[in-house]
Amino acid sequence: MEIVQIVGFGLIAAVLILVVKEQKPLYAFGIAAFAGISLFLLVIGKIDAVIAVLENLSERAGVPSIYMATILKIIGIAYIAEFGAQIVRDTGQESIAVKIEFAGKVLILVMAVPIISVIVDAVMNLLPTGG
Amino acid sequence: MSMDVSAIFQIAGIGIIVAMIHTVLKQMGKEDMAHWVTLIGFVVVLFMVIRMLNELFQEIKTIFLFQ
Repeated sequence: MEIVQIVGFGLIAAVLILVVKEQKPLYAFGIAAFAGISLFLLVIGKIDAVIAVLENLSERAGVPSIYMATILKIIGIAYIAEFGAQIVRDTGQESIAVKIEFAGKVLILVMAVPIISVIVDAVMNLLPTGG
Repeated sequence: MSMDVSAIFQIAGIGIIVAMIHTVLKQMGKEDMAHWVTLIGFVVVLFMVIRMLNELFQEIKTIFLFQ
C-alpha cells in the first residue's frame, strides 16, 4: 500500500506549507520543492523495472537499439522539463516556466529529427521510381 | 524507497524557528540582522533541496539517458 504512504506524505507537506507560508513564503517553496523531489524519486524507481521490460521486448522484436535509446531520452527530457517547469510555476514565475517547457519541446524535436529522416527515407523507398 | 518525512519536518522547523528569530530581532530593532538570519536559513534549506535535486537528476540520467 504505497499509495497510502504517498498520499500521507503529500498531505503532511501541504499542511506544513500552510503553516510556514504565512510566516515565511521562502521556506514554503523549499518544502514544496523537497516534497516534489521525494515523490518523483519514489516513482522513478518503479519506472526502472518497466523500462527494463521494454528494452527486453524491443531487443527480441529486433528494433534497432538507437530508436529505443532515443525514445527513452525523449521521455527523460520530458520528465525533467515538466518537473522544472512546475517548480518554477510554484514560485509564481509563469513566464520562465513556459520557457522551460518550450526548451524541452525544442530539445525533443532535435532528438526526433534522425527518426523522422529515417521515416522519410522508408517512404521514399516505397514510392515507385520514375512514376 | 527513500521516503524521508523527517527532512520535510526539518525544513518546516527551520522555517518556523527562523521566523521566530526574525520577529525577536525585529523587536530588538536589529532589522539588518533579521534579514541576514532569513537569508542564511534559506541558503541552508536550498542546500538540502539542491542535494536532493542532484540525486533525482542522477537517477533520471541512469534510467533514461544511458549514462
